[in-house]
Amino acid sequence: MSAVLDPATPSAAPAPSGSASAGPRTTGATRGLLAVALLLVGLALVSLASLAWGARDVAPSAVWDALLAPVPGDNDHLVVRDLRVPRTLIGLVGGAALGAAGALMQGVTRNPIADPGLLGINSGASLAVIVAIAGLGVSSTSGYLWFAFAGAAVAAVVVYGAASLGWEGVTPVKLALVGAALTATCTSVITVVLLTDTRTLGEYRFWQVGSLANRPLDVLTAVLPFVLVGLVLALAAGRVLNALALGDDVARGLGQDVVRGRLLVVTAVVLLCGSAVSLVGPIAFVGLVVPHVARAIVGPDYRWIVLLSILLGPVLLLAADVVGRLVVRPSELEAGLVVAVIGAPVLIGLVRRSRAVAA
Amino acid sequence: MNAPVLAPAAADRAEREERHEVASRGLRTTRRRRLRRRSVVTVVLAALAVVLSVTALMLGDFKLSAAEVLRTLAGQDEGAAHFIVMELRLPRLVLGVLVGTAFGLAGALFQSVLRNPLASPDVIGISQGASAGAVVALLAVGATSGLVVPLSALAGGSAVGLLLYAVAWRGGMTGHRFVLAGIGVAYVCTSIIGYLLTRSDVKEAQLALLWMTGSLGQADWSLVRTLAVAMVVLVPLVAVVARGLSLLLLGDEQAGSLGLRPEVTRAAVVALGVALACAATASAGPVAFVAFTAAPVARRLLGDGTLALVQAALVGVVLVVGADIVAQHLLPADLTVPVGVVTGAVGGPYLIWLMASGRTRTA
Repeated sequence: MSAVLDPATPSAAPAPSGSASAGPRTTGATRGLLAVALLLVGLALVSLASLAWGARDVAPSAVWDALLAPVPGDNDHLVVRDLRVPRTLIGLVGGAALGAAGALMQGVTRNPIADPGLLGINSGASLAVIVAIAGLGVSSTSGYLWFAFAGAAVAAVVVYGAASLGWEGVTPVKLALVGAALTATCTSVITVVLLTDTRTLGEYRFWQVGSLANRPLDVLTAVLPFVLVGLVLALAAGRVLNALALGDDVARGLGQDVVRGRLLVVTAVVLLCGSAVSLVGPIAFVGLVVPHVARAIVGPDYRWIVLLSILLGPVLLLAADVVGRLVVRPSELEAGLVVAVIGAPVLIGLVRRSRAVAA
Repeated sequence: MNAPVLAPAAADRAEREERHEVASRGLRTTRRRRLRRRSVVTVVLAALAVVLSVTALMLGDFKLSAAEVLRTLAGQDEGAAHFIVMELRLPRLVLGVLVGTAFGLAGALFQSVLRNPLASPDVIGISQGASAGAVVALLAVGATSGLVVPLSALAGGSAVGLLLYAVAWRGGMTGHRFVLAGIGVAYVCTSIIGYLLTRSDVKEAQLALLWMTGSLGQADWSLVRTLAVAMVVLVPLVAVVARGLSLLLLGDEQAGSLGLRPEVTRAAVVALGVALACAATASAGPVAFVAFTAAPVARRLLGDGTLALVQAALVGVVLVVGADIVAQHLLPADLTVPVGVVTGAVGGPYLIWLMASGRTRTA
């Protein structure tokens, strides 16, 4: 009878028990799996585009040859192997890290406008990079790497520590406010340095925009373990975030250890966002917009949101990078600049479509 | 038959009345305590603002005593002191006071009407729009002085405000839509700024950065007068919408049953916030963190969960005027920084300290 009443989902009919609750879950999972499949295809396509297009166009067959049977001395193969492969890999890893970090941040702060930079992580990393440039004369991306990472970690510890003091312990609002306050403090120090030191401003402004270009592969291999651990933690955190989304009290009632859950999520954010900032610079927008797209596709289940964000992040970041290479050839726009131009209309479109009540 | 039923009922009623009496007495005490805290906080903040203002007029290369400052303000002193106070220091001070008020109010309005403690004008794109306008004028057009930079900042900020209205208004205004769309626009503006900063001469980029930090150094009477006119229009309007806004905090349905039209009120409050933020940003740049921090600090000081508009404005004034004193007089002489550096450097740690030490609810 229920199958007759519900002709739109005939495949859901055989569900033996509780079809009322199984129905939406099944469709959610179906949509999720479909989205994962589509995103994997999309990921392959943008990766190919990233290998083939740029200041010099390389035919797909030549890309294939360059990867499998490189001819030494062939310029096309050289470009693909030495420039585009590292760039694409960095985009994939950085994008996945940013996407996952954004989903985690929005979940743990229960705030849809949280981005990976909100814990003060980006500003801590930026401050450390400034110290590296201005104080120690470091001027290469692989040199910035560890400074950015250390700055990110210190910032996150300070924010979480300060938010855990006081009356109620860590609350989402306190995390967000303390993170923003630390960002303002670091930004002030950064501004003083930039206003007094022209050489540092000259270097820093390019790092600060965020780009995938000219990063050596050893930077990637250095952060890859952190990203992998972070991604595993992120995927494991979906259930925790689902519980936290109901509010601390309900989560506790469901048997969730709220404090430990939050620590797990924050650790994952530090690993992911610290790595991403060191790799590509402070491109927070990927982490802001991607979870919203994921939510529009699969609904409020964070297990799916995190998974889809991990896939959507690199699609957006690589697409931005490719577009940035094509629009002003033979020069190029940094991926960090293009991401906002692509992502903002998407975000606004989603927001306009949503019938969500006032947050 | 009735008696045994009635007797417990009467006892019950008596007990209920007694409980009610105790409860209302408790309520009255709490209310009185809150009221006292409210007035103490307000008076202390106002006194602090006055003391800081007089101090700002006293300090400088040519030091004046408080008595001299007051005499000059009263018009009883001509000559050097008159020139220094009225032409050099007072415009800067008044600009600081106006900007602090405007940012404090704008932040408080946005954060409460959008129901998000992160939703200050420097987060939802108004400041970024104004900055993009100013940076375009400074770096792309090459304007250096006069009204071009403030006007293009005003244009940029209001363009963002209008765009957000167009996007977020769909038969009504929800905070959710406005905030998210605003952040999207903020990032686009940041990209424009980043593009111009990386494609221009370092020295000019530094000038643009100086503007984006927020400074009071450009103060003169004509600028002050323009902003003052805007504030004279806007502040009374804030007072008009304040009652509706505090009803809105009860929730749309409650507010509606009290005869309010939530959508209209919300739209009006947002419009006022945009106007205040635009006016202040055009005059002094997006002075870092003032709009963001004023309302949370004021609310933390009051601790009663009310709107705290007056107190937020006072916190804004204290923060900007105090920070300008620090920036001008308390830092090493070879380090001249704009006020926006100090507001961030002082406001940030202060907010962290409040969060870490506070004993009352945050939001």
